[in-house]
Amino acid sequence: MSGASLERGLHAFKEAIDAPVASFFSSCVRCGLCAHACLFYTETGDPKYTPIHKLEPLRRVWQQEYSFWGRFAKALGLSRPVSDDMLTEWETLVYDSCTMCGRCSMVCPVGNDIAYMIRRMREGMAASGHAPQGLIGATQRAVTIGSPMGVKLPALQAQIRHIEQDTGLKIPMDVEGADYLCLLSSMEIMNFPEYTESLAKIFKHAGVSWTLSSEAFEATNSGIQIGVSEIAAELVQRIVDAAEKLKVKTVISPECGHAYMAIRWEGPNLIGKPFNFKVLHILEVLDELREQGRLKTTGKEAQRLTYHDPCQIARRGGVVQQPRNLLNMVADDFVEMPEAGTMNWCCGAGGGVSSNERADELRLKVFNRKKAQLDAVKAEGLVSACSNCRIHLEEGLEEYHMDIPVLSLTETIAEHLAEDKT
Amino acid sequence: MSETEFLLWVRGPAFQVATIIFLLGVVVRILEILVLGRKPDLAEARGSAVAGGLRAIISRSFAERATLQRTAFTEVTGWIFHIGIFVILLLFAPHILLFEEVFGVSWPALPTTVIDATTIVTIIALLAVLIHRIANPVMRFLSRFQDYLVWLVTILPLVTGYMAFHRIGLTPTMLIAVHILSVELLMVTFPFTKLMHAFTLFMSRYYDGAIAGYKGVNS
Amino acid sequence: MSKDETLGEALRRQGVTRRGFLKFCAATASMMALPPSMVPAIAAALEKARRPSVIWLSFQECTGCIESLTRSHSPTVEGLIFDAISLDYQHALQAAAGSAAEAARETAMEENYGKYILIVDGSIPLANPGYSTIAGISNLAMLEETAKGAAAVVSMGSCAAFGGIPKAKPNPTGAVSVGDIIKDKPIINVPGCPPIPVVITGVLAHFLIFGTIPELDALGRPMAYYGQSIHDRCYRRPFYDKGKFANTFDDEGAKKGWCLYKLGCKGPTTYNACATTKWNDGTSFPIEAGHPCLGCSEPDFWDGGGFYKAISTPTEDIPKAAIYAVGAGAAAGLALGALNRAKRDKAVAEHVKTTIDDLEKGD
Repeated sequence: MSGASLERGLHAFKEAIDAPVASFFSSCVRCGLCAHACLFYTETGDPKYTPIHKLEPLRRVWQQEYSFWGRFAKALGLSRPVSDDMLTEWETLVYDSCTMCGRCSMVCPVGNDIAYMIRRMREGMAASGHAPQGLIGATQRAVTIGSPMGVKLPALQAQIRHIEQDTGLKIPMDVEGADYLCLLSSMEIMNFPEYTESLAKIFKHAGVSWTLSSEAFEATNSGIQIGVSEIAAELVQRIVDAAEKLKVKTVISPECGHAYMAIRWEGPNLIGKPFNFKVLHILEVLDELREQGRLKTTGKEAQRLTYHDPCQIARRGGVVQQPRNLLNMVADDFVEMPEAGTMNWCCGAGGGVSSNERADELRLKVFNRKKAQLDAVKAEGLVSACSNCRIHLEEGLEEYHMDIPVLSLTETIAEHLAEDKT
Repeated sequence: MSETEFLLWVRGPAFQVATIIFLLGVVVRILEILVLGRKPDLAEARGSAVAGGLRAIISRSFAERATLQRTAFTEVTGWIFHIGIFVILLLFAPHILLFEEVFGVSWPALPTTVIDATTIVTIIALLAVLIHRIANPVMRFLSRFQDYLVWLVTILPLVTGYMAFHRIGLTPTMLIAVHILSVELLMVTFPFTKLMHAFTLFMSRYYDGAIAGYKGVNS
Repeated sequence: MSKDETLGEALRRQGVTRRGFLKFCAATASMMALPPSMVPAIAAALEKARRPSVIWLSFQECTGCIESLTRSHSPTVEGLIFDAISLDYQHALQAAAGSAAEAARETAMEENYGKYILIVDGSIPLANPGYSTIAGISNLAMLEETAKGAAAVVSMGSCAAFGGIPKAKPNPTGAVSVGDIIKDKPIINVPGCPPIPVVITGVLAHFLIFGTIPELDALGRPMAYYGQSIHDRCYRRPFYDKGKFANTFDDEGAKKGWCLYKLGCKGPTTYNACATTKWNDGTSFPIEAGHPCLGCSEPDFWDGGGFYKAISTPTEDIPKAAIYAVGAGAAAGLALGALNRAKRDKAVAEHVKTTIDDLEKGD
């Protein structure tokens, strides 16, 4: 029997309000600039997609509970409480039309970190039973099976066998004392085994000791996307346990934006203590190897390549320069899309949107923004570093009849590794 | 109540009450935000939260280019009326006198012709802001009663000040009284509305910049 | 002086030339903002005007208004006009005294009932009629009686017009203005402490020329003389516009003749003709002498928050109030903040764990 209720949702809203949230709501002047930073507004023209509006229930709880005149008005019965109907109305706004890409947070003139608040608001949405069905399923699978896509260890093992047979490379599993513990996203296991293969190639080339863990191979964290911190913490804890058991120095987040956010930035805060290992994104690791001269490439891609910054890796994660350094190693004609880097436009599928079938149509509609960016540079190849972006980019390009291959940066590097070192 | 008595009331008890409500309210609102606090970030820092926060306090005054192009009207009118209000408030001789009276410090004034022109430009910008708020689908959608109220109490001191300077409509005593009263209305409205952003934006910008700066991102 | 003598005859008898008379008419036209083409009409009207009977009552006053009027430096046309009216009662100036004086007033009232002009200077005490009496008659009674037969009433000076200094706080005599008592007669207020002589004669001239009272502003003052503020016509105005002010009476700014706004000048809120007609035969006016305008032609000028305090500055102790407000705000803010925090922390402490079975809303 489910404990989800409006009361629990409102309780979670009350928990979610800290000084930043209170200052953000106090500062908003309803200028509407955030709308123009959000692809859900720019591609639909519907004002309801204005980012700050998506927070209205949380704002109302802040006003009624944490501001003196709001409390006063509430005591006099002058303000309307947040109702279950209201949350039902907001459910699609908070989950279907927000990828928590944080682009709105970058343009707000009073400095409101709207994505920060959406993340917190989802706690109340989930607790009140207003999470989308797709995300609920993914979260349940992540907790019970170990992967939002239901990928179990045997599936991974089968993939590893294939790779080992195909390439003759060894994919280390549960190697204690390795330098790096690599995580994978379910999508990489199921759709892009080349990523794992590329890791093996690159690490062999660079002489890096690494391993996978049979107990914690899944990098993604549905708990964060749906907004249930204790589930998110449980998923993070699995990785922490595995890392500590294998005594690795560094955990590597794969080509997945939200996975990086979850383990690198939210992880220690979710479990309530700092990690005793480092967390790096694979692009950070590759760029470190490049700097150390341990990554040698040969030959360059001739076609015009551009790079799509995954939101959680660049804008929300701080990994911006590394992919450019790496791409320049292997690309002859690397062009930047307009507004690339920390102001890049989201692909439209992050923050759990891709797990939410209800949002499929909208997700593809707003891809139009990415199309415009690509058209501007006439890219012949699109490189990125997030499997979730990648799947959606491929789907979007197909929908818009654009014949542009989508490449993984790690895989592209692996393809150009210099022979002499292998 | 005669006009002189009204002016005296406006300059005296009313201004005192408005000052008290304004300052008390502003301090309460700032503190009730700050005391809520923020959990320390346990993730390993990549950059400086403090540097990022301080940086955002300045940088958020300027939109980056693509955003500026996309939202030029909001940005430009916003800049004009904010600068206009500060120029008029801080550089008109009688206003400086008020600050001198209250804070004991004084500074040079701008010629009244400049203030006069600034006032006209600022009023026009604010009218444009209102039209935009009504005409623009996003702004109309977001706006509630408070947004129009705040617009009104913001433009009133400009209009009454302009009328007082040019002696339009009422006796000069009444014009000065009404002008001061309109400012008092603004002061009294301040702590209860989004006008608070004038103070809280330093907090919100700082927090936003700090959250990003900690991750090594320039927000 | 016969009562039937016209003004023109009276002026010629006193040696005023036609040229001097026309010059006066032109000046009058200009002051009353009439076009130059009106000058012949004014001259003709004045020529033929009968000398009106004037009764002048002085109540709670200082005689300053009469002093102002009679201290003309040379015999001017204005002064002669005054001579030309039939001033039938003015107890400071008339030779008669006692019952003879009162008899003169009564006679004038009887003979010119409904036609005479009543000029009043001074305010009227209402707290106790005994505070000010003339020949045993209270000011109130005398005013009411005399006003009955008047064609119009001229409140001469700020006391009669607005209550003036006697009415200043705490107003011990319960002083009121003429307009507070007389409601059924046209009243022309000629405020000032004292009013400018030419303004007094100008008002009378208007009455003589047109037989009507001049256009008045909201405070009952003739627009021709009170239509513009001292500030707008002040020769120091450019300094105000440039932001150049005297800060004290002996600083550089004061010596250079900069604007006296900071020293409390009431020019911006005062309507009078001082800056244009000036005083003492056109010599200067207070601001020209280096003193801020006191605003004496405005109501309650004595209680306007201090002569030497700028009009836009607060009259209460704002810094003190500000310190208390910030102090109280800090205390209340910390208390409310602590309540906020306690509420939030309690919510966190009472957090109910959400499991994967709690996500779907099925109950």
